[in-house]
Amino acid sequence: MSPAQYALCLNGVVRREALRWLGQRGRFVSALVRPLVWLAIFAAGFHFVLGVSIIPPYETYVPYEVYIAPGLLAMIQLFNGMQSSLSMVYDREMGSMRSLMIAPFPRWFLLLAKLLAGVAVSVVQAYIFLVIAWFWDITPPYAGYIFVLPALVLGGLMLGALGLVLSSFIKQLENFAGVMNFVIFPMFFTSSALYPLWRVQEANQTLYWICQANPFTHATELIRFALYGEFNAVSAAVVAGYTLVFMALAVLGYDPGRGLLARRAGAE
Amino acid sequence: MPPAGEAMPLSVEGLSHAFGARKVLDGVGLGVGRGDFTVLLGLNGAGKSTLFALITRLYHSNSGRIVVFGHDIRAEPQAALARMGVVFQQPTLDLDLTVEQNLYYHAALHGISQRAVRARVGAELARVNLADRRRDKVRQLSGGQRRRVELARALLHEPSLLLLDEPTVGLDIESRQFLLEHVRLLCRERGLGVLWATHLIDEAGAEAKVVVLHRGRVLAAGDVPAILAQTGAETLKSAFDRLTRAGSEAA
Repeated sequence: MSPAQYALCLNGVVRREALRWLGQRGRFVSALVRPLVWLAIFAAGFHFVLGVSIIPPYETYVPYEVYIAPGLLAMIQLFNGMQSSLSMVYDREMGSMRSLMIAPFPRWFLLLAKLLAGVAVSVVQAYIFLVIAWFWDITPPYAGYIFVLPALVLGGLMLGALGLVLSSFIKQLENFAGVMNFVIFPMFFTSSALYPLWRVQEANQTLYWICQANPFTHATELIRFALYGEFNAVSAAVVAGYTLVFMALAVLGYDPGRGLLARRAGAE
Repeated sequence: MPPAGEAMPLSVEGLSHAFGARKVLDGVGLGVGRGDFTVLLGLNGAGKSTLFALITRLYHSNSGRIVVFGHDIRAEPQAALARMGVVFQQPTLDLDLTVEQNLYYHAALHGISQRAVRARVGAELARVNLADRRRDKVRQLSGGQRRRVELARALLHEPSLLLLDEPTVGLDIESRQFLLEHVRLLCRERGLGVLWATHLIDEAGAEAKVVVLHRGRVLAAGDVPAILAQTGAETLKSAFDRLTRAGSEAA
């Protein structure tokens, strides 16, 4: 296969993901409504309870909704990463996974293509959210809208790769509710998405370290800083590191010599 | 057993596979020649789907060898997969995409551009009488029509080996007949090697090569008259019954 054919394959996988996303109205709408509901209800409710003191990257006191907006962007990517990878396993979708895996390309490349397709969709969703959030007075500097792009790509890659790992190693997560309960909510709540970590540290040191180790915290912080034109090197390094680890595990999980596919077939 | 010629569309030798302690395939050997319509006959649980998973490199076998047009599936997977067209038992079309979007996606997975494949999409759909449904969503098609789209899709990159795993499950008699005749025609016209897995004995016509798989072992292989002679039966049905009964007793 020539480089041009690799490009065609990647293009085809991304295109399919985009068409599916547009075609499935429910998925499209719920992906946007979910963070907006959080913004409208949760942030409005806590607006008067929780003020956020001056912490980087913010230069003034910020209202609570401004604080949680980056976390909600990361949440869009988290849901998307879980959905695009795990949907391959559920709902008779194993079939579409199989048709991807028999393409005459190296398997790591097919997984990467699948991953990039999911990232492309999640980045578009994130920008749509940012546009709507602008009307909520969440108005980062204009440059932030550009700087946030690489952060969204890197965060999307990490969370998508995590989805691939879960889809390859975990047999028990039989439906999306299971993923919500055991992956999405724990990751979301033990992160800096909803509250600054210094507050967590005051309350409980162990919880603080759990939050610090949580990859989702760093995806959120990477996005938060980028949105205000700053680069959070620690978070970038952590996210990049987790991405590599998750990708390696996913390739291992989908290796024909071990991993998911044989074990799953054996369980049937 | 056909010899394992290097240029054969498909040659399987000594293939064994177990899931944990449960042995699913035990020393399976078979071959599919050019233009052969080969029916892999077996009851549910015979190991047909595992065999398909191994041939399509979903995962590797514990032991044995699979060679597609001289390319070992382990050593040269991409060369082997490029020559293969597959219709899986489970439906694999995207229901929310149109027929042609599904086909273009498949072409891309084989490194073929939309422009290059546009005419072929039309031709393959016309062959399965679905040219006028090209822009319809797959969701709007009947089960039989979806299967025909899957067949058109499997042929899009002009494979020389076609694998079908229980392709007629859930289809009405008319759709089943159409699919069978269409694939047999492909064998004759294009010299396509076909491996057609089924538990429906009547899908093996008089001209088919038959491989009887039972509890992971090949009990008989050859053309229909040879199998009848081997078992002393008058019909393939009774030959199959005798073979599987003897196979079960032996096991």
